[in-house]
Amino acid sequence: MDWINAVLQGLLLGGQYALLACGLSLIFGVMRIVNLAHGILAVAAAYLALWLAQQTGMPSFLTLVVVIPVLATVGYAIQRGLFNAALRHGELSPLLVSFGLAVIGANLLQEIFTADSRKISIGDLSTASVELGQLRLGVFSLITLVVAVAVIVGLQLYLSHTRIGRAMRATKDDPEAATLMGIDERHMYALATAIAIGTVALAGVFLGMSTQFSPTYGDLVLIFAFEAVIIGGLGSLWGTLLGGLVLGVAQTVGAQIDPAYGVLAGHLVFLVVLLFRPQGLLPKAVVA
Amino acid sequence: MSTSTLAPQDLKVVRGGWPSLAGGGVLTAIVVFLAAAPWFVFSPGDVTNLVTLFALIILGTTWNLMAGYGGLVSIGQQAFIGAGGYGVIKLADVVGLPIPVAVVAAGLVCAALAVPTSFLLFRLVGGYFAIGTWVVAEVFKLVTQELPGFGGGSGLSLTAFQGVDRVTRIATVYYLALVLAVLVVLATYVLMRSRVGLGLTAIRDDAVAAASLGVAVRRSQRLVYVAASGGAGLAGALIAVNGLRVSPDSMFSVQYTAFMIFIVVIGGLGTIEGPILGAVIFFALQQLLDSYGTWYLIALGAVAIAVVLLAPRGLWGLVARGRYEVFPVGHQVYPQASPQRAQSVDFD
Repeated sequence: MDWINAVLQGLLLGGQYALLACGLSLIFGVMRIVNLAHGILAVAAAYLALWLAQQTGMPSFLTLVVVIPVLATVGYAIQRGLFNAALRHGELSPLLVSFGLAVIGANLLQEIFTADSRKISIGDLSTASVELGQLRLGVFSLITLVVAVAVIVGLQLYLSHTRIGRAMRATKDDPEAATLMGIDERHMYALATAIAIGTVALAGVFLGMSTQFSPTYGDLVLIFAFEAVIIGGLGSLWGTLLGGLVLGVAQTVGAQIDPAYGVLAGHLVFLVVLLFRPQGLLPKAVVA
Repeated sequence: MSTSTLAPQDLKVVRGGWPSLAGGGVLTAIVVFLAAAPWFVFSPGDVTNLVTLFALIILGTTWNLMAGYGGLVSIGQQAFIGAGGYGVIKLADVVGLPIPVAVVAAGLVCAALAVPTSFLLFRLVGGYFAIGTWVVAEVFKLVTQELPGFGGGSGLSLTAFQGVDRVTRIATVYYLALVLAVLVVLATYVLMRSRVGLGLTAIRDDAVAAASLGVAVRRSQRLVYVAASGGAGLAGALIAVNGLRVSPDSMFSVQYTAFMIFIVVIGGLGTIEGPILGAVIFFALQQLLDSYGTWYLIALGAVAIAVVLLAPRGLWGLVARGRYEVFPVGHQVYPQASPQRAQSVDFD
């Protein structure tokens, strides 16, 4: 029963990882940029939500109405102001620029909010659970998983069925041809990053509601999100969902063997996938 | 007379020239000064600090070899810095090797560890390779914490120096670090002048074109990855024998990667001079601004972004504009027949 419980808890944890990872997947899918500032942006969103809730007394979930647009704007500005310029210098530059941003972000958060661990309060919801026989599933974790699936379905529908989504995919496939069709490449890229960072904001606030976070937590977020993307398969949002779930299960099952091995088990599953199935579990199953 | 009609006998091909001689002379003088300095200038504290500079030069030079020439941006070299640090303590304290031998052996162990790692990581390209190296570094750290006899989360202390007086200890580490830094830079220079180096320069400029001209891209990249990991191991070993203590959080810290990137990007990616210049600037700023803590790192991050976007060839690129090399790797071609039009064409 312990093992079934570990797997179920892992699936729920995986929902959080999938939610954290889909922004990374989207930015890579459209622009081939690996955004090393991904983790710190998620943590920054959590801090912003915490600060808003404390300053205005608004309910924690309501802060999303402010945090998501703010972070999406930041994403748009980063792409327009930095990444687009960096892309012209080759593929190393965006990586180095995003690393610079990550260092700035982590130290800025530490300067403003100190290195102490924080958590966003969600009242009774954090301990509420539903019982399933002998198993107890956290209500908040279930909500996170549902939100993750909803975000991925939403992104998938947006990319395939809306005008802007199609323009984005056209830009991804052939930027020059897309430009000839009247698509503003720089604006498309910036919109894609804005959407991606919007999902990162959502994921970051959910993260802050479920665990203790600190300015250095961005590193772990980036690594887990990255592992979910690679396990699932590059450029596939459904793959990212599956990758998140596999990573979550690996961590909880590993922790079931020995609490010290949880994170390590996740890394090892990642390395095993790299060794035997480097294209990921669901490579390019659906265009993203 | 247009350049395109020049016959080969009209061209003068120069490698190096006076800037290299002058620069080489200045560098030699600096090394001689550094070798003599502990006798009359520096305090023991300064000498210990300078070991950090030498370690930074090794880190910058080898990271640049891998990223600047090989096109492999790793953000996980702390895996080998940590392995080198833990390795030297085990080799000196448990195996009983003399410190200098233990440091070099730790570097070799790290190079050997990098071989299997490369087969795993080379399945990833670009940014994904970058984060993959970081995952490997985290695995190294977690495994080190769990291994029996490695001190868990609190780490290890070096005991091999017990009974050695302080001056001898500091002097040993100082000269070891100086010699290793000079050797690493010279070895990089010799490598870059070789056939492999020419191939690496081509990879730096365009990996696809280099492959089409018969450069063994994958093999060259593996060579520089292994060499750079050995270099990171040496630096980690020096840091460990200098500080006398290692802990998982300090030795496997991603902070080292931030330092390496700043050093190489600010100094000049893809040149031998750049990382040395970058290490000196970084070291000086660190000594001056250390008390500002986080603001110092924020400023460093902003400067690095500005350099990537505005001066992608770094400070050395701004100074030398591709024409002068202290370590002459490239060639300059001058039309001999018309000295009044002595414009140079760069051929790396």
